[in-house]
Amino acid sequence: MAVVETKAAQAASEDKELLISGSEAVAEALTLADLDVVTAYPIRPYDTVMQAIAKKISGGQLTAEYIVAEGEHSQFEIVKHASTVGARVFCGSSGVGWAYAMECLVVTPPLRVPMICLVGNRALDDPGAFGVEHNDALFVRDLGWMLCWIDTSQEAFDTTLIAYRVAEDRRVFLPCAISADGAFLTHSQAITMVASKEKVDRFLPRYNRGDLLLHPDNPITVAPQANEDWVIEIRRQNDEAMKRAYTVIEEAYADFRKVFGRGPENPWFEEYMTEDADVILIGMGTISLPMKVGIRNMRAQGKKVGLVRLRWFRPFPTEKIVAALSKAKAIGVVDRNYSFGSPFASGVVANEIRAALYNSDKRPPLLSFISGLGGREVTLEDVYKAADLCYSAATSGKSDARTHWLGVRE
Amino acid sequence: MADATFSNATQVLEPFRGIKKVTIEEYFTSGHRTCQGCESALIMKLMVKAAGPRTIVLGSTGCMYVANTTYYTTPWVVPWMHTQLGSSGSAALGTAAGLKALMKKGKMKAESINVIAFCGDGGGADMGLNGISATLTHKDYNCLILLYDNESYANTDIQLSGMTPYGANTTFSPPGKVIRNIHTRWKKNMAGMMAAGHPECRYVATVCGSYAVEMMNKVRRALTIGGPTFIHSLDPCPKGWDYDPMLSHEMGELAIETGLFPLYEVEDGVVKYYGKTKALIEGRKRKPVREYLLKQGRFAHFTEEDLGYFQAKVDEMWEKWEIPAVIPFRRLDASKAALEVK
Repeated sequence: MAVVETKAAQAASEDKELLISGSEAVAEALTLADLDVVTAYPIRPYDTVMQAIAKKISGGQLTAEYIVAEGEHSQFEIVKHASTVGARVFCGSSGVGWAYAMECLVVTPPLRVPMICLVGNRALDDPGAFGVEHNDALFVRDLGWMLCWIDTSQEAFDTTLIAYRVAEDRRVFLPCAISADGAFLTHSQAITMVASKEKVDRFLPRYNRGDLLLHPDNPITVAPQANEDWVIEIRRQNDEAMKRAYTVIEEAYADFRKVFGRGPENPWFEEYMTEDADVILIGMGTISLPMKVGIRNMRAQGKKVGLVRLRWFRPFPTEKIVAALSKAKAIGVVDRNYSFGSPFASGVVANEIRAALYNSDKRPPLLSFISGLGGREVTLEDVYKAADLCYSAATSGKSDARTHWLGVRE
Repeated sequence: MADATFSNATQVLEPFRGIKKVTIEEYFTSGHRTCQGCESALIMKLMVKAAGPRTIVLGSTGCMYVANTTYYTTPWVVPWMHTQLGSSGSAALGTAAGLKALMKKGKMKAESINVIAFCGDGGGADMGLNGISATLTHKDYNCLILLYDNESYANTDIQLSGMTPYGANTTFSPPGKVIRNIHTRWKKNMAGMMAAGHPECRYVATVCGSYAVEMMNKVRRALTIGGPTFIHSLDPCPKGWDYDPMLSHEMGELAIETGLFPLYEVEDGVVKYYGKTKALIEGRKRKPVREYLLKQGRFAHFTEEDLGYFQAKVDEMWEKWEIPAVIPFRRLDASKAALEVK
C-alpha cells in the first residue's frame, strides 16, 4: 500500500500528516518508539503491520532485529525472551494464529513482560473466514493482558505509544494487546497525524527492565517451580499490577494530551451524543461508524440515542461505565463476538456490563445483541432495530432475557 | 545510533587440555533435587562450567527444569530462565536477538554473552523440533541449543518420546500378555538431521557425560564458532531406564561401545568421529547391543527376536549408511541401476 504524504517532507522535529491504514499507523508509531526486536508470521489481516515494519527496516528508518518466525508459537516466544534481556518488542497475530500462540500468551503476564501486540481481529476459522470477530483477542481476557480496541488510524498511532508507556511502567509490567478490526481498520486508510520524534521521546521513556533484567550482571533465576508454595501470591501480584494499570493509564493519557495536544479526556471509552440520551448503545471498534451515522439519523427523527464505544476492556472501567450508562432509560450492548452457553447466551461485553451494573442502584434495562460476525457489515437497519428494541425495553422497564442476533438469516 | 564497539564476535573458549586444566568454578551448584545417578544433571553442570560466567541459560520444560529450579533453591549461578516445552529454539533466538539489538544500538554495553538453551528429548526432538530447526537457519545470532536426551518424558512418569528406543518399557508402552512391544518406532537421528538439514549451522556435535572433558570441549567449540549450533547429549537415566544408579557412567560407555550412540562433530560440513567411536570407525569391534540392553529393566521383556532386530538395526547404521552412524542415505549401486534401466 502506497503511503501518500499529504504535505512536503518535514524535519524530524515536526509532525506530519499521512494517508495511512491502521496497520501502517502502528508501524509509524513503532518506528518513532525505536523498537528493538520484532517477529512476524503471516496471517491476514494483522500481517499488514509486519509488511509496513519490514519496509521501515529495509528503508533504513528503523534499526531493529526483524525475525520471521516459523509459527506463532515461536513468534511470541522470541519476543518474550528478547524483552527479558531489556529489548522493546512488538508482535501480533489474528484469529487462529493468535490461538496457535496461546501457550506463550498465557505465560507473558506472570513473567511481567511488557510485550505490545496488534491483534487484527479475525474470525476463528473453520469455517474459513478472514472477517472480523473479537473472540480471538478475548481469549486472553482473564490472564493478565491489558486489552483495548481502537477505531481509527489516528487512534492506532496514539494507542501504540500509550500502550508502551503503560506496559513498560514498572508499576505495571504487563503485556498489552491492541485490537483492530480486520479489514475495516487494518486495511482502511485515513489521514493520520504522525508526531515528531522529539515529541515521542518526550512522552515515551526508554524501557528499563530494572531488577528483572536477565543478564550476567544480574544473575537471577526467572520462572522457577513455585507450585502451591507461591503461585497464589504471584497471581495476586499480577492482580495488583492490573489494578495499578488504572492509574498509569490515566496518567499516560493526561501526559499524552500535554505533549501531543490531542487525545481523549476519558481514556476508557468514547461517548457520542450520550448527554441527553434515552437509549445508549455500546460497542467496540469500527462498529462505531454505522452506529454514529444511525444515531444522527435517528436524532433527526427525534429519537435520543447515544453511543458508548469501549476502548479499554482490560482493565475494565467499571465505575466510569456504570456512571455513564446508569443515566439512560435503556442500554443495548452490541457484541462482535459470542460466548456460547453464557448467561442469557450473550456476547462477552454484554455480560461484563451486566456484572458491572449489578451493584448499581440504578440499573436500566439491558439488551444484548450479537452482530457483524465473520466480518459481516453492520448496517444502519441493524442499528435502528437495536435502538427500537431498546426503546421498547425503556417503555416496559424490563430487560429482555433473549439475546438478539442482528442481520442473521434465521 | 549504532554502537561502533559492537561486533557479533563470540567468546573464544579454548579447549580444556585434560581434566586437571578444567576451571574449578561451578555455575550449577547445590539446590537441585535430581535423582541419584542423573546424567542429565551432570550435563547441566558440565555445560555451564564449559561456558563460564558470562552466559545466559534458558531451560525448556522437562526434568532439568522441574527438578532443578525449585523457587528459592535454584542451583544456577548464571542467569537462568524457564521457557516453554517446545521453545528452546525460540528462547535461544529471542535472547540472542534482544542482546544483539541492544548492543548494536548502544543501549547495552557491548560484549560477547553466551546464550544456551537446553531441551529434553521430548521438548527438543518432539514438540520443539520446528523451533530448533528455524533457529539453526538464523546464522546471525550466536546461540547453542543442547538436547539432553534421557530417552523418555522422564519428568512426567517416564512416557515414551520420539527418542525412546525400540521396544522400551515406558508408562505409555507397557509390555503386555498380548502385545510385547507397543512401541515399535525407531529413534530419530537428531544430530544427523540437524547437521544435514541446516547448511548454515556451522557446528553440530554428539556428546555423552561419561566423557566429561570431551563433552565440555564440544560446548566450548560450539560457543566459540558461533552462529546457531546444536549439541545432542545421550544421558543414561536410572529411573527411566531401570538400572542401579551407580551404573550411569558405564551405561553411557556401553551406548558408545555398542555403536548405538556415535560420538562425532560436524564442523562446517566435515564429519569428525571422536573418542571410542573413532576407534570403532578405525576397526575396533563393536560390543553386542545385548550387553547394553539387558542391563536395563526397560528391555527386560525382550526376547532373542527383539535383541536380534535391535542388533540388525545398529549393524545397518554402521554397515549400510553412507556416512556410518551419521547420515543414513545409501548410494544406488551403479551396476544394479544399469540393469534396472534396461
